[in-house]
Amino acid sequence: MIPIEYYLWLSAVLFSIGVLGVLYRRNAIIIFMCIELMLNAVNLVMVAFSNFLNDAAGQVFVFFIMAVAAAEVAVGLAILVMTYRNTRTTDINILNRLKW
Amino acid sequence: MALNLFYFLSFVAVLSALMVVFSRSPVYSVLYLIVTFFSIAGHYVLMNAEFLAVVHMIVYAGAIMVLFLYVIMLLNLNQESEPHKTNLLKIGAVICAGMLLIVMVGALKGTEVLVAVESTSGIGEVKTLGQVLFTDFLLPFEIASVLLLAAMVGSVMLAKSEKKTNVNS
Repeated sequence: MIPIEYYLWLSAVLFSIGVLGVLYRRNAIIIFMCIELMLNAVNLVMVAFSNFLNDAAGQVFVFFIMAVAAAEVAVGLAILVMTYRNTRTTDINILNRLKW
Repeated sequence: MALNLFYFLSFVAVLSALMVVFSRSPVYSVLYLIVTFFSIAGHYVLMNAEFLAVVHMIVYAGAIMVLFLYVIMLLNLNQESEPHKTNLLKIGAVICAGMLLIVMVGALKGTEVLVAVESTSGIGEVKTLGQVLFTDFLLPFEIASVLLLAAMVGSVMLAKSEKKTNVNS
């Protein structure tokens, strides 16, 4: 049995790496991937607590988070493809206005 | 044994997550993210959540990452066209993320130690999760299907090429 603190620390590290990626990179697709990384850090701590407290609701929540993440990625990548078609870039410094 | 496996999986997850951020090419970032997701699936197996591990592999490594790779190939992104921030902004980003990590670890340090509830049966099994999903969480489950339908229609509407309305004129 692994102590739950280990999972909390691992999740904190993964979440911080996700935040680092959002702040560090300028490519919008990589920022999307780092948001996925943050969602997975939260999922990990939810499963850890579900296992720890012997309650299945946490794992059902993770299931719903996965469904929402799939929808989010589909819509977000569609928006990126559309903006790329109009501006020929995925650089967020150029995508800083809603109208062009 | 389980602790050694935990350390190995955590090491792989953190290392490949760092490589997602710091690798030059977007395609390498996606491939390292797949490694991260597989190690997180290993963590799920370690926590006796077999159903979630399988769903995680199918949804993330199977569907979402293929979508990312497909879009990267569609947009023809590569190392030469990759924009980078200035060094000052990069150092600022590292300092911000490090301070966030310090805040979270500091908050975790002050907490009391929880006592684990005695586990009775396999809670991550398909049978248990299915019973909870179709009794307590039936309405959210149905709403999730509506959400997926809306996302599908929305992404098709957004990504389809705009037709020229005045072709003949």
